[in-house]
Amino acid sequence: MQFKELVTEKLKNQFSDSIVEVTDFRDDLSVLIKKEKIVEVAKFLKDDGDLQFAMCKDITAIDWATRKKRFTIVYQIFSLRNNFNLRIKANLDEEPWQIESVTSVWPGANWYERETYDMYGVIFSNHPDLRRMYMPEGFQYHPLRKDFPVLGIPGSLPLPKVIK
Amino acid sequence: MEQRPNVYTDDKLYKRLLADKDITIDDALENEMVINMGPQHPATHGVLRLVLRLDGETVLSVVPELGYLHRGYEKMAEDMSYIEYIPHTDRLDYTATLCNNVAYVLAVEKLLGIEAPKRAQYIRMMAAELSRIAAHMVAIGTYAMDVGAVTMVMWTFREREKIQEIFDKLAGARFTTSYTRIGGVGADADSEVLKMVKDFLDQFHSSLDEMDKLLLGNRIFIERLEGIGVISKEDAVALGLTGPNLRSAGVEYDIRRAKPYLFYNEIDFKIPTYAEGDCLARYFIRGDEVRESVKILYQVLDKMPQGEVMANNPKHVLPHKTEIYSKMEELIHDFMIINYGINPPVGDVYFSAENPKGELGFYIVSNGTGQPWKMKIRSPSFCNLQALSKICKGAMISDVIAIIGSLDPVMGEADK
Amino acid sequence: MGLEAKLNKDGFVTTTLDAIIAWARKSSVWPMPMGISCCAIEMISAADPKYDLARFGSEVMRFTPRQCDLMIVAGTVTYKMAQVVRRIYDQMPEPKWVIAMGACTSSGGMYRSYNVVQGIDQFLPVDVYTAGCPPRPENLINAVMTIQQKISKTKARDFQDIPLLNLETAKN
Ligand code: SF4
Repeated sequence: MQFKELVTEKLKNQFSDSIVEVTDFRDDLSVLIKKEKIVEVAKFLKDDGDLQFAMCKDITAIDWATRKKRFTIVYQIFSLRNNFNLRIKANLDEEPWQIESVTSVWPGANWYERETYDMYGVIFSNHPDLRRMYMPEGFQYHPLRKDFPVLGIPGSLPLPKVIK
Repeated sequence: MEQRPNVYTDDKLYKRLLADKDITIDDALENEMVINMGPQHPATHGVLRLVLRLDGETVLSVVPELGYLHRGYEKMAEDMSYIEYIPHTDRLDYTATLCNNVAYVLAVEKLLGIEAPKRAQYIRMMAAELSRIAAHMVAIGTYAMDVGAVTMVMWTFREREKIQEIFDKLAGARFTTSYTRIGGVGADADSEVLKMVKDFLDQFHSSLDEMDKLLLGNRIFIERLEGIGVISKEDAVALGLTGPNLRSAGVEYDIRRAKPYLFYNEIDFKIPTYAEGDCLARYFIRGDEVRESVKILYQVLDKMPQGEVMANNPKHVLPHKTEIYSKMEELIHDFMIINYGINPPVGDVYFSAENPKGELGFYIVSNGTGQPWKMKIRSPSFCNLQALSKICKGAMISDVIAIIGSLDPVMGEADK
Repeated sequence: MGLEAKLNKDGFVTTTLDAIIAWARKSSVWPMPMGISCCAIEMISAADPKYDLARFGSEVMRFTPRQCDLMIVAGTVTYKMAQVVRRIYDQMPEPKWVIAMGACTSSGGMYRSYNVVQGIDQFLPVDVYTAGCPPRPENLINAVMTIQQKISKTKARDFQDIPLLNLETAKN
């Protein structure tokens, strides 16, 4: 059996009701799950003896702007043992945009979640240190949201004072 | 001759110090100190800022602060076509511009489902390996400079300069090359370029050995690095380290081997690994990788096939300029691509390539129009920096500099 | 220097002295390499054995602002970094000059985005703009030479009323 099928099958057996969709586009397997189950799924994927997705490579969000489920959180995880990249997605359906943090499973997720919070304003609950990553503290907006203009909002970021 | 009073043994002085009500012994011994390092610091490789809590000289904790070079790459990507974005990839990891170019176009090609001709792939491979050498030259040079061997930076930049001359010939720019195109490369590598590469490689070995001799015969260099900044295999994986930093901790993971892209599967090369995971291993591994790159380059030069350098795919690949000026159909295609974009199918792909710093990944979400709906860059330096606070805990303050140098972050891509 | 403050009128001695001081100043410009991003690598290239900025007396790159009289701002200046750049500039003693190296520092360059300052002249007095993305090392050397020309035209008394270091601004 191919590893791809093994992953899907194992996930479907374990979490039959919380796997929403499995897609395979250009050889990238991605699994859409319910957002409540994210930590459980993550734990399972990491600890299962055959799968061992030990590395979290990236976390980000997609802002769909007009859809009702506005944000999708995307996790890129990797199994060193099986040399396999898997993508997990979870839709956020209502405000406040919030999802459980996976730092307890993958410590490396810490900064990725901070970055996503900074850029999208998605709150990761139980995150040990949820601060902005790039933008200065006190900045009010979340730049990667689709309603934020590329050129920024004039006056939202101060220039240094020039003392004569 | 009059004896100078000694603070520790001179009774009078000692008593006077003790009598000073403003300083207590407890103060001096127990107080922790918070210091700020960067963002303008010669050893932080750009604009990284660290806030350190010290007990004496021991580092208790480190908080890295990023964002001083946050240029909004991902936001800008949503606002421009796929082709327009190629020059922006140069400036991600600006020490290895061509590696980024290659990784980006491969990601877009994966999304489109097209492939560049074989010669173009080989040229890309050559360019990426040259770029890797150039990046490691900067890494080794600045690393050695940070720990005190200032000569090295001059020597490595001398070698890098030769590579940049090759780029100048190949891509038309020394530094910001923007050389690859979707479906191929910007210009063919003519025989002159290939000869330049060959000449460079032929003399490179001796200068590499020379550099090694300078550093490894130097006890100060070895002792400053050996056993410093150790990271274990498990931690390295858990924190998501990639590239040389991961391999120096004993994990043999190299995307060129694990998921071969271009034609790395036709090339014979080793993946150097070290088990120690300390700063010295991270120095060695870069030297070894450069040697492997030289080996790869020789093979690439040998195997380079003849043929086209741009794929024949009028809907996605820009036609050549001379054809645009002489043929109607090409003119129309050019107009369509430039005005409406290359319109990849709806979907999302993640593609990653092995960059000098680690795994550079592009996650592109397309909604079928000429501009990406979302582009996420998984930058290796960002992830590698995350290990900094773990490694630095308990180290001496002077080791922090060595550790940053050994992790070799480039802030351009860490901050995006 | 103290002496120049006393020389308020042009005369043979003053002009000769001016020339000597200007010559000395221009031949030993110490740059403060404010290397922020990509341009910084080309700035190092300008100091490397091939281009050798030392030929113009400017190879002494000092990373502490107190020892420098020329600031080379090399790289994209974001709003967060702008505070730092200005602060470092304020800590440099007078007289001081600024080179804006590259398209980013001159005008924001290719980054029309929310976090990039569209030209450092919004908060710094710039003396020389250098075109290019990045400027080739020759171009940076050209910029340094332009600064030298500018310095050679200065008179010693131009600087006499300016305090060496304004502690108030340096502290801000
Ligand atoms: S001008 Fe170009 S090379 Fe220089 S910092 Fe800006 S983007 Fe980088």
